[in-house]
Amino acid sequence: MKFFFLFVLIALAVLILVYLYRVVQGPTIYDRVLGLNGISTKAIILLVLIGTVYERVDMFVDISTGYALLNLVGALAIAKFLEQRGSV
Amino acid sequence: MTFSFEVPLLILLILTAAGAILVKDLVPAVFILGSYSFFLALVWACLGAVDVAFVEAVVGAGLATVFFLLTLFRTAQKDTRLYPSSYRGAALIGLPLLGFLILYAANDLPKFGDPASPASVHVSPVYLENSLHDTRTPNVVTSVLMDYRALDTLIETVVIFTAGIACALLLGRSRE
Repeated sequence: MKFFFLFVLIALAVLILVYLYRVVQGPTIYDRVLGLNGISTKAIILLVLIGTVYERVDMFVDISTGYALLNLVGALAIAKFLEQRGSV
Repeated sequence: MTFSFEVPLLILLILTAAGAILVKDLVPAVFILGSYSFFLALVWACLGAVDVAFVEAVVGAGLATVFFLLTLFRTAQKDTRLYPSSYRGAALIGLPLLGFLILYAANDLPKFGDPASPASVHVSPVYLENSLHDTRTPNVVTSVLMDYRALDTLIETVVIFTAGIACALLLGRSRE
């Protein structure tokens, strides 16, 4: 079972690379914001999986929940700035 | 087991750090730096330093990205370097040497999670054994931060508060 979780961890880390391509290459700033959001959703799942591998899920679920909330706030802040500024 | 999963994360870290430096436009560089601190936070979580991971996620990925964007919107967005390429050769030779020196010095450090390392022998047993009796707090990190080192934390807060007031005064002045 541990091998399965490790495999999922590495598969998710590879999936992050796809988003990273969009963050680096993305033609507009909105692609980059979306790519960063995608990376952070993968990071939330990765945190829960790391907790499962270490058998301390209860603590890591709290952390990933906080992570998700902060990510929402960050994305909202970026969106607010972009709205104020207009297109960059 | 820890090692096998850390390797892709560390590769991603190096890739994002290099990308943030090499990208010419500064707005993408800010976003790549944000993803860099996501990966750094995951590495911290892998190593078991959960509080550091949380701070890295909040400050590095959240606050710093917003502050960098705010600065960029008020200033120029292009990368105009003062000295473009004259130091490149020295950096290519000097930085690997420095890295080798740091790796060589890291050989002498105690192993990760070693119970006999100096850091976990000297004072931390006192905190770990007495904190529940002394402070009635189940969380040892909280009791060390808020009780044993309360004066330190208070003065740190004063420093940050002063810096915030100074920034607010300076920035509020230019708006008039």
